[in-house]
Amino acid sequence: MAPSAPPPGDPAPSDGSLPASALAARAPLSLYLHVPFCATRCGYCDFNTYTAAELGSAPGASQRAYLDAVRSELDLAARVLGPRPVQTVFFGGGTPTLLPQAELAGLLAAVRAAFPLAADAEITTEANPESVDPGYLAALTEAGFNRLSLGMQSSVGHVLSVLDRRHTPGRVGQVVGWARAAGFGSISLDLIYGSPGETADDWRTSLRAALGLEPDHLSAYSLIVEPGTRLAARIKRGELPGVDDDVHADYYLIAEQEIAAAGLEWYEVSNWAHPGHACRHNLAYWRSRDWWGIGPGAHSHVGGVRWWNLRHPARYSARLAAGESPAEAREILDAGDRRVERVLLELRLAEGLDLAVLTPSERARVPAILASGWGNVADNRLRLTLEGRLLADGIVRDLLD
Amino acid sequence: MPAPRPGATPSEIIRNFCIIAHIDHGKSTLADRMLQLTGVVDERSMRAQYLDRMDIERERGITIKSQAVRMPWTKDDTTYVLNMIDTPGHVDFTYEVSRSLAACEGAILLIDAAQGIEAQTLANLYLALEADLHIIPVLNKIDLPSAQPEKYAAEIAHLVGCEPSDVFQVSAKTGEGVRELLDHIVADIPHPVGDPKAPARALIFDSVYDTYRGVVTYVRVVDGELNHRERVLMMSTKATHETLEVGVISPEPIKAAALGVGEVGYLITGVKEVRQSRVGDTVTVASRPAGTSLGGYRQPHPMVYAGLYPIDGADFPELREALDKLQLNDAALVYEPETSGALGFGFRVGFLGLLHMEIVRERLEREFNLDLISTAPNVVYRVVMEDGTEHTVTNPSEYPDGKIAEVHEPVVRATILTPTEFIGTVMELCQNRRGVQTGMDYLSEDRVEIRYLLPLAEIVFDFFDALKSRTKGYASLDYDEAGEQVAKLVKVDILLHGDPVDAFSSIVHNDSAYSYGVAMAKKLKELIPRQQFEVPIQAAIGARVIARETVRAMRKDVLAKCYGGDISRKRKLLEKQKEGKKRMKMVGRVEVPQEAFVAALSTGETKSDKK
Repeated sequence: MAPSAPPPGDPAPSDGSLPASALAARAPLSLYLHVPFCATRCGYCDFNTYTAAELGSAPGASQRAYLDAVRSELDLAARVLGPRPVQTVFFGGGTPTLLPQAELAGLLAAVRAAFPLAADAEITTEANPESVDPGYLAALTEAGFNRLSLGMQSSVGHVLSVLDRRHTPGRVGQVVGWARAAGFGSISLDLIYGSPGETADDWRTSLRAALGLEPDHLSAYSLIVEPGTRLAARIKRGELPGVDDDVHADYYLIAEQEIAAAGLEWYEVSNWAHPGHACRHNLAYWRSRDWWGIGPGAHSHVGGVRWWNLRHPARYSARLAAGESPAEAREILDAGDRRVERVLLELRLAEGLDLAVLTPSERARVPAILASGWGNVADNRLRLTLEGRLLADGIVRDLLD
Repeated sequence: MPAPRPGATPSEIIRNFCIIAHIDHGKSTLADRMLQLTGVVDERSMRAQYLDRMDIERERGITIKSQAVRMPWTKDDTTYVLNMIDTPGHVDFTYEVSRSLAACEGAILLIDAAQGIEAQTLANLYLALEADLHIIPVLNKIDLPSAQPEKYAAEIAHLVGCEPSDVFQVSAKTGEGVRELLDHIVADIPHPVGDPKAPARALIFDSVYDTYRGVVTYVRVVDGELNHRERVLMMSTKATHETLEVGVISPEPIKAAALGVGEVGYLITGVKEVRQSRVGDTVTVASRPAGTSLGGYRQPHPMVYAGLYPIDGADFPELREALDKLQLNDAALVYEPETSGALGFGFRVGFLGLLHMEIVRERLEREFNLDLISTAPNVVYRVVMEDGTEHTVTNPSEYPDGKIAEVHEPVVRATILTPTEFIGTVMELCQNRRGVQTGMDYLSEDRVEIRYLLPLAEIVFDFFDALKSRTKGYASLDYDEAGEQVAKLVKVDILLHGDPVDAFSSIVHNDSAYSYGVAMAKKLKELIPRQQFEVPIQAAIGARVIARETVRAMRKDVLAKCYGGDISRKRKLLEKQKEGKKRMKMVGRVEVPQEAFVAALSTGETKSDKK
């Protein structure tokens, strides 16, 4: 960032309090818990996660300090929000399953202690296939988890190795079997496409391998080469070919074809699911619902206020240990920002955007989108076509005033 | 002995001289040393390169505008008055140089003893010889380890027609030889001759706008006397003004009662624009005017035109104001508003040549804080139609449609000095630029002067850069107008998605139209970002397409995910992209980034590496 750039966001109050207007809206509430630990850092990853070596022996960065801090933040959230029922809980990372099973279960218990959970609450954890076994999975369902999201990424050896992922062959299938046996009601697999060196056949192979495991939900993300990652450095040095948007477009079309053939339906740009298995937690993001993100670097949104926590686990824990909010900064969205966000987010969804959200001049630009074959309108909602989904960001730019 | 006073100085003790030198050959340092040795500037207040006032001049090591400094120098018990007239050193200012020379009786030909003479210096030497000046050849920088005084003394002796032993050797930096040189100026340069009783006649050799004083006009009095508080008449423009002040520069302005025969000084009349007091004009006294002017006056006329556009369209009024201000001090600068479909509102600006263009542009950007796009420079064409009508084209977009009988383009006499090892390379370059060789002379065993007749259009773009890079920087260039010639020229248009982009139209020779079209289309293909639809790029002569490239449609423009609910980041990215979209110029439906115009219009190869 240029030194002259303004700080991103406004200062957040140290007691974590929110304006009354944000609290009054009372949209359905979700909780996100960020577990910022990984065994190793994958070359493509720029998420807020740390290996033991990266954290070192700093006192505030231990797992213990982290767990204490998360409990404190849960209490803070409960104090600020009051007793509102939680519709979805999502443990992400990092690698949540790097925590001992008792700790992960214990965190969910802490959630229950802080908030009432809705009877049909969706409770997900992400998992690395290598870090779980049948006993671990059984402990999770025992604790109340009902949805598992497995980071599969690919089934092709050379693609996994470019991503720095090492899976035992057949491991993902085994884990899916164990998860079913343990009683997980919804299982999702994550794939990444368009990695350097991945051919269309490689991609089909991975899709078919994933779909062969009969997941309830599938996410397929195009690889984004983030600046500062090892992968970006390797591409810059010419060790790996770069990624190409046209190839990504081709692979997206392959994904749609293969996944639809397996009976899953598209519901968000990068997500497909069998009916009833769309990820409600993810939808909460795209529908601008309320959620509190707990943990280092986690983002929250409540009634038009967005805030985000300090990223480093030690700094995060220190704030909470001092009895203060771990928020780094926040922004209070005005009506215009919120409207822009709705257009931006809801056009990504199969359910589309209510045309009433648009201004008259924006509505006047809708016919051009339809004429280009990028969308259609039914029930007063604009929905993007397959081709339109690939151009969603550009369409939003053109559409907005 | 007191220094003689202005207005009361017999012409017999006056010596008027200038220094002819190439950039970097040490003219300013020598001038500094003379100011110091003659005592007009003391050591403590000595500012390096005292005479170069403007930042740009200082940075480029060149002097754009000349000044005249009066210095006393005592030799054999007589105190003389030395007037050092500083001359501009570049090709575009030949006329100004000739007027400065006309104000002198002698010239110091200053050559770097490590580099030898350069083309522009040679051209100015020829001007000085034509003006019948006494030439004192001087080798500078003899203290440098790389100096080759014998070699270059022989070269200069050959050019000037003297013995190598007659060439002075100095180091302006250490001061070695400079006293002797000053003595030599007194001894050898003839004193001015004029009729003190005749009606006043003074040559304007420079005219500078000063924020506080208005225009300061530098003159050399030939006959008669110019006095404080009298009406003067500019003989070519017929304008009369009252002299509010006359004086000399030494090196700060010193007011005087009068300026007499042979004297060099300034006058201030309160006029606000240099074009009211033009270089080369003759000043006389309105109450007793001279019958004939001194002659040699010429109206400056632009040789090269380019469109200048503010990158931010809202800066157009600022650009106009800035040009108005520059014009106060630059009689050669002409401009008129023009509109480009691609670039918006701007000005078509006429320049004396390439350096003049660069200087004006740089001053606009630096002194007035403007961000500008400049179109490719072009020359002035005279297009004669079959029905006999004639068009003067200063902008390719004005190139007439219909049946053209002849197109005339300006040509120049170019002189190139180069080490002999590059003769082949230089000739090849000139040949490729439609040059016709008119002569070649060896200056010494290993240096040669090559003369070509070249279309001006072929050298306005990147000729100088090409010459420099092909000769490892050793060749130098000078050129001079040489009329016009008929040539087979065509206008090549560039179309984006079927719409012509006026800023990219160019008038080129028929033989290079194809390669120009192909190169431009290729370049644009690299520069224009993919759009949501396919964009054909065509180069065409009239309706005939000569080259075509395609920017393929963008197929993917969506981010796969949002990071852990970081919607703010996504919204800010959108805002940034929308901001970027605003800075795009629309050509029909095609969004073209400002940078693409800048890059496409810049000289040289496109650079593939970003950052």
